[in-house]
Amino acid sequence: MTQKHSFDVIVVGGGGAGLMAALFASQTAKTAVLSKLHPVRSHTGAAQGGIGAALGNLEEDHWEWHAYDTVKGSDYLGDQDAIEFMCQEAIRAVYDLEHFGLPFSRTPDGRIAQRPFGGHTNNATGKPVRRSCYAADRTGHMILQTLYQQCVRRETIFFDEFYVLDLLLENGAVAGVVALELATGELHLFQAKAVIFATGGHGRMWEITSNAYAYTGDGVAVTLRRGIPAEDMEFFQFHPTGIYKLGILITEAVRGEGGVLINDKGERFMEHYAPHIKDLASRDVVSRALHLEMQAGRGIGGQRYVYLDVRPETVNHYAALDGRTRPDGSPYRVTAEEIQAKIPDIIDFCRTYLGVDPVKEPMPVQPTAHYAMGGIPTDINGRVVGDERGTVVPGLYAAGECACVSVHGANRLGTNSLVDLIVFGKAAGQDAARYAAGAGFQPLPADAEDFARQQLEHLRHGAGTERPAEIRREMQRLMFEQVGVFRTQEGLEQAVRQLQDLRARCRQVRVSDQGRAYNYELVNTWELGNLLDLALVTAESALARRESRGAHAREDFPRRDDENWLRHTLARLEGDRVTLSYKPVTITRYQPRERTY
Amino acid sequence: MLTTLKIYRYDPENGGAPHYDTFTLEAQPTDRVLDLLERVRDDHDGTLAFRRSCAHGVCGSDAMRINGRNYLACKVLVKDLGTTEITIEPLLGLPVKKDLVVDMGPFFDHYREVMPYLVNDEEPPEGKERLQTPAERELFDDTTKCILCAACTTSCPVFWANGNYQGPAAIVNAHRFIFDSRDRAAEPRLAVLARQTGVWSCRTAFNCTEACPRDIKVTQAIAEVKRALVRRKPSARR
Repeated sequence: MTQKHSFDVIVVGGGGAGLMAALFASQTAKTAVLSKLHPVRSHTGAAQGGIGAALGNLEEDHWEWHAYDTVKGSDYLGDQDAIEFMCQEAIRAVYDLEHFGLPFSRTPDGRIAQRPFGGHTNNATGKPVRRSCYAADRTGHMILQTLYQQCVRRETIFFDEFYVLDLLLENGAVAGVVALELATGELHLFQAKAVIFATGGHGRMWEITSNAYAYTGDGVAVTLRRGIPAEDMEFFQFHPTGIYKLGILITEAVRGEGGVLINDKGERFMEHYAPHIKDLASRDVVSRALHLEMQAGRGIGGQRYVYLDVRPETVNHYAALDGRTRPDGSPYRVTAEEIQAKIPDIIDFCRTYLGVDPVKEPMPVQPTAHYAMGGIPTDINGRVVGDERGTVVPGLYAAGECACVSVHGANRLGTNSLVDLIVFGKAAGQDAARYAAGAGFQPLPADAEDFARQQLEHLRHGAGTERPAEIRREMQRLMFEQVGVFRTQEGLEQAVRQLQDLRARCRQVRVSDQGRAYNYELVNTWELGNLLDLALVTAESALARRESRGAHAREDFPRRDDENWLRHTLARLEGDRVTLSYKPVTITRYQPRERTY
Repeated sequence: MLTTLKIYRYDPENGGAPHYDTFTLEAQPTDRVLDLLERVRDDHDGTLAFRRSCAHGVCGSDAMRINGRNYLACKVLVKDLGTTEITIEPLLGLPVKKDLVVDMGPFFDHYREVMPYLVNDEEPPEGKERLQTPAERELFDDTTKCILCAACTTSCPVFWANGNYQGPAAIVNAHRFIFDSRDRAAEPRLAVLARQTGVWSCRTAFNCTEACPRDIKVTQAIAEVKRALVRRKPSARR
């Protein structure tokens, strides 16, 4: 028997955006959080370097500078009204987090400490600015813990390890969701006036990724299946410094603290690609530089990695060459102890996985699939926008990485993911509660859970000729090779063909675990289906966009083309067919210019 | 190198008694134990149940007993174990739900008992942070690292003997707030910890400190909480 529940607002996902939404929605509306992981396991906890906000605690800064840097970082594809809103709200968001108890690192006079981060600049001088508010190198962990703590204090209702399989829409409005309880294998029906998706990213479709196993694009896949388009899916960020082969993230804060990238010839090669801010250029720029260095045979020992060097002697050497100073004007110099205090978790990762001590040896790094700029289209209140004309789907919301507002455009700046999930998680929670107060429940159809049940039965009783792990590995290799840092028409066409083939094969899977309790094989196979849907949409969107912008770099179309492509992609998926349409970018005060660092 | 995995199995639906299954697979010395579990589920036995997510030691999903000691499966490499015979079992002291999956409910119940959140109802400065010096911040830095994986609590012999003991993880999370200069609820928290099921049950076995995958000095944190209890104003004591 399917159990039924009823709430004003359902939040799907228990990471930073979901918890923020729940904290604010539950102030006035009956709210519950459904999360496939226990909330404290969410991937927000892996974010390291900081949350950007123009507090100006250490030097002059302005939210308008943050906004300009974000627009430029987005390669002018970000919607500027949303970016201005986010950068203004970021300041309050950081103080809100501090008041919630977040243990930020502190300046000597007791204020929130800030450090430089890629792409964040003093707009007057063009030099890096200290804007990233941090708690050592575990800022995301502290955000996740702090928000969960506040949920405990306010007795937020959680359904832990409930996996949402389907969204119910009736009369064009939200009616609820269908979820699988992992502990029992039972389906549950949640009637709701408003549903907020906060399900995170989908980096697990690539072979080398910084993303958690759980990052399988569930929210975007569920809404795609229900006719909601996915926006700007061709823009996926490759972070330049993942641990070689493992993909585990080495935060940009390492370069913020003075670390530099070095090739096989011992050169600090970023000088050639971004003469002004060098190693602190935007992530897409640095990832392409790494790729080109390795392609030219200047990877270490000819291999597919370069060194990230944060040894004090290296940091001090290049800081002196750059004329870098401390806030009081004295020359910037560091000791091994200071580095250890600033990036303890990174040092721990390197010792554990590489047997390398970063203050004594450089770290081998390569680009790693990191962040989805694209996702479910929303406005600045988190409301899902269902078409190119801006039509809102009543009761449907999205926030955080699964959403596309769009504040990141073609490339996200470091620290802005945490800003996004705090600012828009709150906005979505508040707006959903407001909406629920004035709306009734949509009737639930008698067959509400049939689609989910049929799909699950199909996986339990399929033809059994295919194994999910093989399909997953093939998808991950294909996406890394053909839909990675650089793309070509030929490679993308091949990717589309092979993804269609992999999707057909996935329909022939039969899971071997026929049990109900904690059937992870069933869940992982469902997740694979979600990833394949999103991979196809990503490849098709990338194939159509015949320009290079931000994270989408076409070898055959190396220039940005504002005349034809200064617009957002909307992709719909019907059966095996992807259809694309476009909508304009909102420009307020920053006219598109050539982007150099 | 050829590696043998002996894995604890329990399936609540098939009524069978718990048993061990053995899998032999090729492993690299630098493989995480989690990588081997993934390979077992992918290529040998799809029914194997275990939790995991981040795979690099920050989400706390995959705490389990590996060769008799608590680790995160994603944070221990085959070479760290010094043997190619690897026995993997669920955490001790929590009910097993299936294979390596345990019921974390009792663990989080103890966590909630200690009021694991900042309490300060004074109006914060409008549009500014509450000030805290680096020295004040340092007092509780270590205990902010906790990821609630339960490796410490389920390595504690006192907790094994008495599940009502709040356990090291709950005390660590109490410590994180008791020593935060911005918090105002140290007293009610200490009152909870002063109960028979609180810190005085600790027998200083140091298992928790050894088990912590985040290198938190757990036993030291417990000792600091004990000292704070001793220093309490007599009027506040029962």
